[in-house]
Amino acid sequence: MSLALDLALCALILGVALATVAGGGVFRAVIFFITYGLFLAIGWARLGAFDVALAEAAIGAGLTGVLLLAAHARLRRMQAGDAPPPAGLNLPAALAGAGMALALGWAWFALPVPATPDIASALPRSGVGNPVTAVLLNFRAWDTLLESIVLLAALLGVWILARDGDWNAPLGPRYHALSGGVLVNFGRFLPPIGLCFGVYLVWAGADYIGGAFQGGTVLAAVGLVALMANVVRPPRVSYALLRAAVVIGPAVFLLAGLLAAGFGAGFLTLPPALAKSVILVIEAALTISIAVTLALLVIGPPDDAGRSS
Amino acid sequence: MMADVATYVLTALGLVFFVAGTVGLLRFPDTFSRLHALTKADNLGLGFIALGVAFQADTWAQLAMLALIWALALLAAGTVAQLVARAALAQVQVDE
Repeated sequence: MSLALDLALCALILGVALATVAGGGVFRAVIFFITYGLFLAIGWARLGAFDVALAEAAIGAGLTGVLLLAAHARLRRMQAGDAPPPAGLNLPAALAGAGMALALGWAWFALPVPATPDIASALPRSGVGNPVTAVLLNFRAWDTLLESIVLLAALLGVWILARDGDWNAPLGPRYHALSGGVLVNFGRFLPPIGLCFGVYLVWAGADYIGGAFQGGTVLAAVGLVALMANVVRPPRVSYALLRAAVVIGPAVFLLAGLLAAGFGAGFLTLPPALAKSVILVIEAALTISIAVTLALLVIGPPDDAGRSS
Repeated sequence: MMADVATYVLTALGLVFFVAGTVGLLRFPDTFSRLHALTKADNLGLGFIALGVAFQADTWAQLAMLALIWALALLAAGTVAQLVARAALAQVQVDE
């Protein structure tokens, strides 16, 4: 019975992936991409990788989906999305995709199977109970530190797109919401629940399923709902608090790493006695940065032209 | 045993609403009637499935979570249906 479920799930994932790249317009591709992310999340959950499933649903399907929808709306505002998609096969893209798939497939079979690291015996030294959090924030903290800096760089990349004259304008396009309408009420009702859930995910991430990335994404979604419902006003690039929120995660992370190096343990090597509290501090700072950065990525650069239209 | 029967019956009923909603989504002529079909599937279909699964719950916390999931889905579906309908209405008025 569960084999039938897994086979149907695999067929759905492949089918929806194919529909995403098969053409039929940008909007259609985005919708299929979101659906693909949700099926993929169910797939990860079936494999028992609940942390990955949560991340895929929140970031892969949810946040990236909204990002792509916002990009599509921006293209439509600029009247750039009206051109019909090119008919037929995009041969270079198809070849590049197939080549990548073949190379990955080759690597899978050609490379030696790595010895599974013994996480279970190292876990007590990590300071946390969730092996995924232990790897992300202790044993392989280097990767996570670089990821948080990549996010920051992406936001700077988006902000660079702003015109000089717009630099001090509110961020993002103007969102329309009827005062007293359903969207405004939704924007008032949902954020308290989302806030609790996002903070819970970060807190629970130390010992159960969850973490800074999943919780931060939920918090970013809360901010986006409130922004799109016009319940809160869009911030400006010049807000000192906003800038601090964006850099506090990578900054605290780096500082913790450097302090560890200063005490002779080595860069990002957390002493087991302090690991739990250090990880919680890093996670809290990372969550703030991830939430704010992701939300700002979706609403886009300061754009005065987009507001007046 | 009785709980299993209740689960089977209620989730099956939920699936019927999802199938009907999907058929409506594919067959109905305009956006508004398609929305009607879609929200029925979300509200009643998910409601019956949550109710059916609730008979398998071991703790009150699980029951509360199922109820919360249904309530949030209801809220989101209702809101989104309103927004889509309003956008579609504006489109109809532009076309006329």
